[in-house]
Amino acid sequence: MSMKISTRQVDGVTIVDSSGRITLGEGSVTLRDTVRDLLAKGQKKILLNLGDVNYIDSSGIGELVSAFTTVRNQGGELKLLNLTKKVHDLLQITKLYTVFDVKDDEAQAVKSFNK
Amino acid sequence: MTEQRVSYTLDSTLETVDNAEQTASRLAADAGFDEEDVMKISMAVREAAVNAVLHGNAYDPAKKVVVDFEKTPKDLVITIRDQGKGLDPDKIPDPLAPENLLKTSGRGIFLIRSFMDEVHIHPSQTGTEIKLVKHVHGTSVDGKEASQ
Repeated sequence: MSMKISTRQVDGVTIVDSSGRITLGEGSVTLRDTVRDLLAKGQKKILLNLGDVNYIDSSGIGELVSAFTTVRNQGGELKLLNLTKKVHDLLQITKLYTVFDVKDDEAQAVKSFNK
Repeated sequence: MTEQRVSYTLDSTLETVDNAEQTASRLAADAGFDEEDVMKISMAVREAAVNAVLHGNAYDPAKKVVVDFEKTPKDLVITIRDQGKGLDPDKIPDPLAPENLLKTSGRGIFLIRSFMDEVHIHPSQTGTEIKLVKHVHGTSVDGKEASQ
């Protein structure tokens, strides 16, 4: 199953609902293009909902890092929401769990963005 | 438990990566590994296949990737060979070092070593061979090893 993405706005925060696989090739490109498009539109508060992402490889991890640093370098914030156990464990062993701001409640996550 | 061995010679494409991952998942499940180990094995094979296709053969259509799966009573052994310039494992930066944490690549070998019981990397001028070993439960005699 390839990656699918949809976006919605909640209180000035863009929530990116993702599902499927973030892997080398299509999945990573889809995520990259989405973040690039949001930044181009000035939407710099991004909450990446990974609740339905069931697989991610090292390229996908790299794409998450790239999205995080790209948004931050443009003065925005990118946070992660609803990690599956697989993704959570991968971020733990790669020591990225503490790099990302990881949330598990959407309403609280939206409130946590700088106004 | 009988011994089984299958070998595939594959093109240097992303389809090869997916095929290797799916075959590893199926064979690991057939070998009796639990769901978590199946995921670890298939992911390690995927990462090794990515290295072979991208960094080894660099998508060269003239170069092939050979993937061997061998099931013994004690182990599932997967060997992946490319025809690239040869990967020097000693030159791979530590992806956990603070200065590398935010790099967008360089985690593949680390994940492979995290997920498998043994990883043996044999670089040569004619390509790289990486052998991945997962012990069948109850047969592990030592810890993780990463060596030439």
